Amino acid sequence: MIGIWDILDVALFAAMIRMATPLVLAATGGVITERSGVINIGLEGMMMLGALFGVLTSYWTGCPWLGVIAAMVVGGLAAAIHALVVIRFNANHIVSGLGINFIALGLAPFLSEVIWGSRGHSDIVTGLPRWEIPLIKEIPVIGEILGPHSPTVFMILAIVIIANIVLFKTKWGLRITAVGEFAKAAATAGIPVQRTRYICVIISGILAGLAGVHMSLGHLSMFTWGMIGGRGFIALAVMISGNWRPYRVLAIGMVFGFADALQIRLQGLGVPVHFMQMIPFLVTIAVLAGVMGRSRPPADIGKNYEP
Amino acid sequence: MTKEETGRGDRPTAIENQGSRLIKRAIRPLVAIRPEITAICAGFLVGAIVVWVTGHPVVETFYHLFRGAFGSRIAIGMTLTRATPIIFTGLAVAIAFKCGLFNIGAEGQLQVGAFAAAWVGIALPPMPPVIHISLAFAAGAAAGLLWAVVPAVLKVTRGAHEVVTTMMLAHVGILLASYLVTGPFKDPGPVPQTEWIASTAQLTRLLPPTQLSTALFVALLCAIAVYLFLWKTSPGYAIRAAGLNPKAAEAGGVPVARSIMLALLLSGALAGLGGAGEILGVFHRFIDGFSPGYGWTGIGVALVGRMHPLGVILAAVLFGALRAGGGTVARAVGVPLDITVVIQGTIILFIAAQRMTEFLWERRRKK
Repeated sequence: MIGIWDILDVALFAAMIRMATPLVLAATGGVITERSGVINIGLEGMMMLGALFGVLTSYWTGCPWLGVIAAMVVGGLAAAIHALVVIRFNANHIVSGLGINFIALGLAPFLSEVIWGSRGHSDIVTGLPRWEIPLIKEIPVIGEILGPHSPTVFMILAIVIIANIVLFKTKWGLRITAVGEFAKAAATAGIPVQRTRYICVIISGILAGLAGVHMSLGHLSMFTWGMIGGRGFIALAVMISGNWRPYRVLAIGMVFGFADALQIRLQGLGVPVHFMQMIPFLVTIAVLAGVMGRSRPPADIGKNYEP
Repeated sequence: MTKEETGRGDRPTAIENQGSRLIKRAIRPLVAIRPEITAICAGFLVGAIVVWVTGHPVVETFYHLFRGAFGSRIAIGMTLTRATPIIFTGLAVAIAFKCGLFNIGAEGQLQVGAFAAAWVGIALPPMPPVIHISLAFAAGAAAGLLWAVVPAVLKVTRGAHEVVTTMMLAHVGILLASYLVTGPFKDPGPVPQTEWIASTAQLTRLLPPTQLSTALFVALLCAIAVYLFLWKTSPGYAIRAAGLNPKAAEAGGVPVARSIMLALLLSGALAGLGGAGEILGVFHRFIDGFSPGYGWTGIGVALVGRMHPLGVILAAVLFGALRAGGGTVARAVGVPLDITVVIQGTIILFIAAQRMTEFLWERRRKK
């Protein structure tokens, strides 16, 4: 019989941080784009592309860091297409995001099959190194939880803090919020609505690409077809449950990351984990129903603005 | 009203006028669906580019795509088999959209509907096929409808965006159906699937050896019913009015909240029927992961079909043909099936960017 402390061990909490990383990265991207008023349900597809092109670049060059850059570039490009379609051509945000998802979820296994002969998985490539924090690694339990991890794990803290400072302490953040809350008034005040939105959408794609490459190069050192497995949608759940605020996104991301790590662990033991996988989605419904706290999206979200 | 219909520019002579009027009348339907045609062409163009860049023969690929979709009786049967579930989900998305609601959770509604239909097919004692099949379809519709209750209630009472709630519940529904078939209802054996449904619950196959079944007729009946409901009844009128302008509709005495509820619940029920049709007609048991995303594809079908039942049928045949032909392409030329998903995505993206289509056409006209 397996006791509870065999499951709730140090490795589980280390896995929590690893599984929370892609959620927090993509959800932070979601916060930035949605605060500017543009919905991006294409996060899932952008993560998929990031995961694939990261591995592809590492496969060709042997350098995982170039893979990280490639993933961010590809994620940003996919987001740029979304931004162009939505902002320049006045499209419905959901429809455009859906189109991006379809293309990415088709293109990734297509390229995987063409290049590695299997739509299921790639070859194993050079992954990212594992980092440890010099002094903290000596601390018994905490040291084991906080390391060694892929560098992408350590980026999330910096990215969340920067996102929070930019959104709430700088004039750019104020402008983004203004554009997302009331685009017309923002435009009247001289804020370039379209340009702000382009930048925010592209940043969300870059972060989603980073989230994807964390899953591939930072985690398995290969690409597999089910790798993203709906985590782009869970990131949207994190964003909503986190009330479009970076620090709360970090906290909620850790909670859902824990659920993810636990379900992977239990799956290995043959326990049905479907209900555990439902947690992020049910929490989001509960938040929207007002059962757990309140969550309010930006007022002009999903609305196009034309000067 | 387009410019072509209102007439413009300097007046031509009577004969010229008559001639050009005939031509215009002939091409008017094509002009009306210009954005859709452009999007479909763009989809195939992008598909061709991807195929070409990855070093596959382009012409051969598209030849086999067409052959696999329409080249024989069996090919046509395959195409219609694939089209059937996405007629249901396309109608589901369309009826909600007519009320201004975006039900992007049809996949979850389809899966719980499929499971409910399978359960009725397995658990009920032998009875005449007509009754058994009707009950199984009813169970599918009821389960799908149930899956739309929470989004509908939250929309009306809390203003919670139905895109988010239906999307979240879609994943819950997929996981629930998957749990039921890997756990309590699993047939012994390695594959997570239920036992076979009773023969009295199985639909008649129309074109063996393909899996095309009378579910297609149910889908077509649903399309007619949706048309009659939306355009010929007063609740349908209320739904369309609420979709066009909720404030004006409310002021004009249209029960907006009730229309929203009704539209979303019917949407869920239609998606559930689609799931039931797959189980009763194609698989004859619930298999984990049986749906390759019919709910998500339904969104594309509804968009390309411009939210009209007839358009949904045509678009479903197109998307069904892509899937059926994609299999042939994979076998004959070795181009992965996923290329058809890329084509579908591009079509959706171009439908989204209708302004871009107009922009391209307008520029051409100015030259």
